[in-house]
Amino acid sequence: MTDFDLDAAWQLHPQVSVRPERFGALLYHFGTRRLSFLKSPALLTVVQSLESEPSARSACARAGIGAPDLPAYTRALARLADSQMICGRTAA
Amino acid sequence: MTSAGCLVEEFRYGLDAPICLTWELTYACNLSCVHCLSSSGRRDPRELTTAECRRVIDELERMQVFYVNIGGGEPTVRPDFWELLDYATAHHVGVKFSTNGVKITPEIARRLAGSDYIDVQISLDGATAEVNDAVRGGGSFETAMRAMRNLAAAGFAGFKISVVMTRQNVGQLDAFKSIADSLGAQLRITRLRPSGRGADVWDSLHPTAAQQRELYDWLVAHGDNVLTGDSFFHLSGYGQGLPGLNMCGAGRVVCLIDPVGDVYACPFAIHDAFLAGNVRSPGGFAAVWRESSLFAELRRPQSGGACASCGAFDGCQGGCMAAKFFTGLPLDGPDPECVRGFGQEALAVVDAAAAPRPVGDHSHRTERARRRSGPVPVSIGPRPEGSAVAGIAEARGRRTAPAHACDQNPLAGFTSAAGG
Repeated sequence: MTDFDLDAAWQLHPQVSVRPERFGALLYHFGTRRLSFLKSPALLTVVQSLESEPSARSACARAGIGAPDLPAYTRALARLADSQMICGRTAA
Repeated sequence: MTSAGCLVEEFRYGLDAPICLTWELTYACNLSCVHCLSSSGRRDPRELTTAECRRVIDELERMQVFYVNIGGGEPTVRPDFWELLDYATAHHVGVKFSTNGVKITPEIARRLAGSDYIDVQISLDGATAEVNDAVRGGGSFETAMRAMRNLAAAGFAGFKISVVMTRQNVGQLDAFKSIADSLGAQLRITRLRPSGRGADVWDSLHPTAAQQRELYDWLVAHGDNVLTGDSFFHLSGYGQGLPGLNMCGAGRVVCLIDPVGDVYACPFAIHDAFLAGNVRSPGGFAAVWRESSLFAELRRPQSGGACASCGAFDGCQGGCMAAKFFTGLPLDGPDPECVRGFGQEALAVVDAAAAPRPVGDHSHRTERARRRSGPVPVSIGPRPEGSAVAGIAEARGRRTAPAHACDQNPLAGFTSAAGG
């Protein structure tokens, strides 16, 4: 797994659809045709706010992720980046 | 965050909408494969109209079903197939369709290659014409190969080659992989079920115990690059679990819509005992999915029955509901292909004559007579004609605790990584 840059700007991949569920959400990538899931509603909040936040770190803060939980969320985001569910956002 | 185990529990108790579903658009087919799970051949005159199909797609869009697995019969023989394909993708419902390749011309292949929302699955049940055509009919190997060459030439990367594993082709696994690799395709192998016409050929076609082990070892070695539709979870009893969720999604995260709009728990369970409703009824598909009493029952905690005390149960979960049902085994008992041999023991004492028969035979009337009028070559004794009614009655009476069934490909490509 590659290192994940918490201080970079990220976004949901444009080919990914998100379906909120009571446990979190289901994700489907129409390009890679792979299904994945978010295992907590908080992670869904993080992913949904990536686009409007300057960094993944601030998206986590906005979702109320405290320092003790940050490593787990960072790992989850890294996996999402590896599977192309989220991607780096270039400056507009 | 929730653990992966808890997530599987969530799925067992069902979701507000299926993750994906199988939709058989027509029972019409140009072929007469001996193991056809839906006994296809002739079109059913009651099949959903174009307008009704569009309404189903509208519902799937509202329910946020990411994609449908369209099959049949041969779906491309419906005159409105390409129109419905365009309608679905325009409404954000992806389509993966299964075909024998009969309509995949170079022109169609180019059109398909241009859409991210379309995936194609070519059925092939032998790596050689000899093995394939014995099951799928004369000329079908060449038809499939031509379609695949057209897709490859059009630049359609990663289309699927879908193989039902049989006693005759387990030994060709490497050859299938080579065909897929040479065409830039991905191999997908699934389990033979005793469903539809498959009930008639199950005993001669299902892999032997030694072949099951061979298949399992091959999957452990190659599983990362081969799709299975999660259909071999009964083999997890050998030890190491196979990639995938290893659970039965029937009525919980997947289901089947058949050509006349009937909704079944799974594509391999076309029988009144697993009929949840019809999309033509008030409330449409969503009401069937959310309110059917059958699906509610499937989503309740299930008993593993006699299997629950077996050391392999955590892996195999009792196996496939449909495989048990159509071989006459109790739904809370072992799978007929249980790797510990308990299925064989159970089959030896089951009343084969009481095994439920698949319903809805759409076979071509002109093909040679099917075997059901005579003794079926089974090791457990003949299954006489006329047993269907008694079978259904009995099956209904004991329709309890269908602990697990596997659908065609509900969770193919499912990754359990994201989310910690």
